[in-house]
Amino acid sequence: MAISRRTLLNTAGATALTAGFPFVHARAADGPIKVGFIEDNSGVLDIYGKPIVMANALAIDEINAAGGLLGRKLELKQYDSQSDIALYTKYAQQLVREDKVDVAHAGITSASREAIRQTFRRANVLYFYNILYEGGVCDRNCFVTGTTPAQAVEPIIDYAMKKWGNKTYVLAADYNYGQITAKWIAHYVEQRKGTVQKTDFFPLDVSDFASTIAKIQDAAPNFICAALVGGAHISFFRQWAASGMNKKIPLTSTTFGVGNEHLALSAAEGDGILIAGNYSPELDTPANKNFLAAWAKRYGDHKVVHELAVSQYQGIMLWAEAVRKAGTIEREALIKTLETGLKIEGPAGTVAVDPKTHHTSLDIHLMVVKDQKLTIIDTAKQRPPADTAQYCDLLKNPDDNKQYEVKI
Amino acid sequence: MDYAAIVVLEILYMIAFLALISAGLAIVFGMMRVINLAHGEFVMLGGYATIASAKAGINIYFAMLVISPIVVGVIGLIVERLIVRFLYGRMIDVMLATWGLSLLLIGLVTLIFGNTAVSVPAPIPGYQIGHYQMGGYNLFVIAVAVVLMSAMWFALRYTRIGLVARGAMQGREIISALGYNPSTIYMLTFTVGAALSGLAGGVMAPLTGLLPSVGGAYIAKAFITVITGGAAVIAGTLSTAALFGTVDQLVSFASTPVVGEIAMLGLALILLRLMPQGITGQFFRNST
Repeated sequence: MAISRRTLLNTAGATALTAGFPFVHARAADGPIKVGFIEDNSGVLDIYGKPIVMANALAIDEINAAGGLLGRKLELKQYDSQSDIALYTKYAQQLVREDKVDVAHAGITSASREAIRQTFRRANVLYFYNILYEGGVCDRNCFVTGTTPAQAVEPIIDYAMKKWGNKTYVLAADYNYGQITAKWIAHYVEQRKGTVQKTDFFPLDVSDFASTIAKIQDAAPNFICAALVGGAHISFFRQWAASGMNKKIPLTSTTFGVGNEHLALSAAEGDGILIAGNYSPELDTPANKNFLAAWAKRYGDHKVVHELAVSQYQGIMLWAEAVRKAGTIEREALIKTLETGLKIEGPAGTVAVDPKTHHTSLDIHLMVVKDQKLTIIDTAKQRPPADTAQYCDLLKNPDDNKQYEVKI
Repeated sequence: MDYAAIVVLEILYMIAFLALISAGLAIVFGMMRVINLAHGEFVMLGGYATIASAKAGINIYFAMLVISPIVVGVIGLIVERLIVRFLYGRMIDVMLATWGLSLLLIGLVTLIFGNTAVSVPAPIPGYQIGHYQMGGYNLFVIAVAVVLMSAMWFALRYTRIGLVARGAMQGREIISALGYNPSTIYMLTFTVGAALSGLAGGVMAPLTGLLPSVGGAYIAKAFITVITGGAAVIAGTLSTAALFGTVDQLVSFASTPVVGEIAMLGLALILLRLMPQGITGQFFRNST
């Protein structure tokens, strides 16, 4: 074969490229352990992101004050993704390539998680997603400390259908969280011989719900199920209350309260909304009291603490416990340690890793909004992530890497 | 039947909304042929002026009907003196300059108020039609739009200022012929346009949350309303607002608000293809 100048240049160039950028994990063996975070600290999602960022600093400082991990201090590497998905991919690259973090806790919306999950997987950086979501992620590199529909949606549907009746109207955010959660809602409603009259999806920037409110009244459901997300969607709860319908048709939500929506609305606007979740600031346990006291000591008061901030705190503490047990920050050893069913006691109760799904069993509280507080009316201890467990077994299929959805 | 009444009221509300957010732009574009790409940010500033005043304990109606127009009017005056007056007759340059201005305003508001959604509760309770209940604040928005449009029509038609303003639409020479300084008239027109945008922002503030970037949501709707309306300020704005509002809400009720917006934008495309001079280039030619 004759070698032209062009092929020679191509080959030489390609060789130089491969030789120049081998993907080596040259992380420092001593010096601080780097913990990476990407959170929406501004933009429409900052009602969720701001307290999470505060929880990050609190958790890292608590661990450092107790001497760090394995005799090394923790160093916080944090980026504000500004409610912009494009920034997530950019900062995820930055965390794994530039900062070379040892673990990442990142993402709020499911869209953001899916934008960065593969980056961490490819770079072999252990990834924690600490947010309630639609379930189904099956990825050995990814651990989830938030609730899934089987944990937090099913109890709402169960209670609402027993109390109010069979017909429901679903409002959901128009991206993967809302779409998949709406399917789970329909699944649980139909399992109990009920009907979903209609499901409406709304992009995150929709803030005029007048036509929807009229349509709901036309359908006359027994109760409404809202999986709405972000600052703009708060307008629905406000306009619903402004129309006076909040006294007539009961409202349930899979997301209300996790962004402290009950504080953004007045007591008259929020009273009576039914939710289920892992955390209420009203929880009367020593762990929660200590957590709130530490938060108030650092930030003045603990008004802004919400479930996502607590999930995040618990996610960091779970990882820290795994590091202590494993005696290393090496990824494979940590996954094996977490897969033993590792447990911690967090502000929201026991967090226990489910080895098959890499999700967690959590205490779930059924709550009602009253006077801008989340009042607990019932508690189920240690609910497993049964939805994801239907499809996902990472002990058998460690190479699985997809998000399963419920089939209806 | 009650349902039909609700649909009609929501259509009226949407028409009022479009007319309100377009009025300021229509005056500036109709009279001066200036394309103000910072119009959405003027509306946004009006919203922030109302929310900041209401949070400071000022009566919310006073805030939205008086403070917001004055604040944004003054900002408009400054912008006209410092930027726009050098660029009259240079359409592309003025678009670039006002676009830069809109980015600057978004940045400044983000610095001052933070990139966080803020809102105030609507000051009017819900009302009942048959067994339906709707937000009462929408009725207030309709009332404001009716009063504003009537006042503008009366002023343009029957006052000396209106005569000069209509002269201004014909061109600079007409203002001079009437014995006025075109530069002063343009300055006043731009200020009034900005004040009307501020009023719109103030009135809309209690309905939706405000973000510094919210102007983008307003400017697209305001522009298609004004451009599709054509040269006549009132007839153009009202006819397109009526058409778009009706289509948007009917489709929203039949499907979802998102499809409603798509239908509205699709209609604007078709109308501009058929009537490049806008509706009032074709019909109502001698109206204001």
